[in-house]
Amino acid sequence: MSQYDLDARRLLCPLPVIRTQDKIKQLQQGDVLRVTCTDPGVLQDIPAWCRINGHKVLETKSAEYEYIIILEVGE
Amino acid sequence: MSKQIKAVSLISGGLDSMLATKAIMEQGVHVEGINFFTGFCVEGHTHAIRKKDKQKPKRNNSLWVAETLGIKLHIIDIIEEYKDVLINPKHGYGANMNPCLDCKVFMVKKARQWMEENDFDFIITGEVIGQRPMSQRRDTMPVIAAESGADDRLVRPLCAQMLPATLPEREGWISRDELFDFTGRGRKPQMALADKYGLKDYSQPAGGCCFLTDESYSKKLVDLWQARGTKDYELDDVMLLKVGRHIRPKSNFKVIVAREDGEARFLQGYKKNYINMNCASHRGPLALVDGDASAEDLHVAAQIVARYGQGRDAEQVEVLVRDLAGNESTLQVKPFAKDEMPKEWFV
Repeated sequence: MSQYDLDARRLLCPLPVIRTQDKIKQLQQGDVLRVTCTDPGVLQDIPAWCRINGHKVLETKSAEYEYIIILEVGE
Repeated sequence: MSKQIKAVSLISGGLDSMLATKAIMEQGVHVEGINFFTGFCVEGHTHAIRKKDKQKPKRNNSLWVAETLGIKLHIIDIIEEYKDVLINPKHGYGANMNPCLDCKVFMVKKARQWMEENDFDFIITGEVIGQRPMSQRRDTMPVIAAESGADDRLVRPLCAQMLPATLPEREGWISRDELFDFTGRGRKPQMALADKYGLKDYSQPAGGCCFLTDESYSKKLVDLWQARGTKDYELDDVMLLKVGRHIRPKSNFKVIVAREDGEARFLQGYKKNYINMNCASHRGPLALVDGDASAEDLHVAAQIVARYGQGRDAEQVEVLVRDLAGNESTLQVKPFAKDEMPKEWFV
């Protein structure tokens, strides 16, 4: 299992989801990805995308107009 | 054991594509969704930049549709490829800068490529004859099928009974009797079908799902092209056209002034890419200067920025200016009075 970071700041929906989707294609099952965003909509969209595609959201954090989603890559 | 038939459905996030997808799923076909991001898509998040819209749901409707239907959704970034569709539309523009027919052909073509690469059998769209004046007419339906290369593997479940039978119908993969004969701009048949399927809380955007159908947005895009002398754009350009007041005092530069805190926060992200300014002596908005502005132009820009701050009635205000290297300087300016800014400046 490895940990990765993705900077999706300044991007508006659905680009943070697309960048997450593209990054996960390069990762292995069990890898952990931390996505940092500035669009508050990702708090809904990335978890929704994860539910649809079989990935697990481990944690979401909000601080100073930044939103961080930590997820584990599924099958 | 017979082969599982698979279809890819163009999901816009609206009701029609949702119903079309559901109609095919009901016939036992495995369906996955595909959604294309052109850069011009209208999304709750874009509106949510502005504080006044904070009460609106921030969901992405295409994801919501996919989750509600229980299907996978593949979101495809076509920003770069879409430029040619917008700049050189073979079939021209609609009422504004919307190249709807070329756009539909392009998206169905991309879906066909995806279908072939992923060994799927046919394509679904939510098109309805007569629903849209440019792309959803009886005479344009065959154009889309032919020019996209999808031909008779393109199924429009909501109006299929009004069109020639497609390959999936002829092969018996789906039953024509369980498809529909909707036509026109009315929404009652769709709403009744949604009710039958138990679908609620669906999105029905009044102006469609694309900023290019919006008159105000289209004017800003044309202004951008005219000012640059070329019909080209980057993603940042099209994003910024959605935000703030756009004021062009001269052809060589314009000022983008945040209208409230949400927009100011969004513009903050562009401070390294544009000369930017805000009033230092009074509360006021952040503004970006787009173009090649002289010192004299920056003075005009500062007067505009001052106009929208709390010092608008002061004799003189101090405006802080940051250049592209992040160096700061100040300008002492008299804010423009309302009647000193001609209507033509407002894009």
